[in-house]
Amino acid sequence: MAALLAEVSAPERGGAVAFLGTVRRGPDDGPVTAIEYTAYEAMVVAEFDRIIEEARARWPEAGFAARHRLGAVPTGEASIGIVAAAPHRAQAFEAGRFLIEEAKRRLPVWKRERFDDGTAQWRDA
Amino acid sequence: MSLIADPRTPRASITIECRLFARYAELLGRDQLTLTLPETATVGEAIATLRSRLEQGDLLPAAPLAAVNLEHSQLDRQLRDGDELALLPPLAGG
Repeated sequence: MAALLAEVSAPERGGAVAFLGTVRRGPDDGPVTAIEYTAYEAMVVAEFDRIIEEARARWPEAGFAARHRLGAVPTGEASIGIVAAAPHRAQAFEAGRFLIEEAKRRLPVWKRERFDDGTAQWRDA
Repeated sequence: MSLIADPRTPRASITIECRLFARYAELLGRDQLTLTLPETATVGEAIATLRSRLEQGDLLPAAPLAAVNLEHSQLDRQLRDGDELALLPPLAGG
C-alpha cells in the first residue's frame, strides 16, 4: 500500500484515499481458508487502462494506482489495493470509489474458494 | 437490372480464436480452440456454434459475458477474421 501511495503522491494532491479488499470469511461463508484468483490477464491490463482513462477524464488532477493479487490469497489478506490522490478529499473519495466499483464490475477475474477439508468451489461475485 | 447471388457459391468464412476461462474451461475440459464461421457471424452465433459443436457445449450458457480482442462485447457484435473471442463466467474480482 505504501508503494501505491508513493506512486500517486504529489505536493498538489492534498488528499489520498486507499482501499484494501481482503479475503473474507463471514458467518455464512463456511470454512474458507483461502481464495484462489485467476484472470484473463491481458484483458485485465487493457480494461484497467480503460478504467484509468475514464477516471482521468473525470478527475484530471488526480492520480491513481492499483494492484490485484492472483493465485491463492489466505483469509484475512488483501487481494486488491486501490489508491486515488486528488487536490481535495472529496475528489479523492469519489475517484477511489469509482475505481473499486468499476474494477469489480469489469475486470475478468474469478475466484475459487478453498475449504479446510481440501475441497474447492468457484464463487460468483 | 437485378443481381441474384448464385446459391452454389460458397460463402466466405472467417477463423477466430476462442478462449474459455475459470468455470467454463473446467466444464469443457479445454481453454482454447479455433473456430471457422461464416463471415457474417456475430458473437452470439459463435457461442451458439460452440454450444452445438463441442462435447458438453450445452453446459455453456446461451448468453454469457463475452469479450472480443480484450474488450467487453455485446452478443450482436459482428466478428472479423483473426478476432479473439473470450467467454467470461460471472466476474468475481476484488
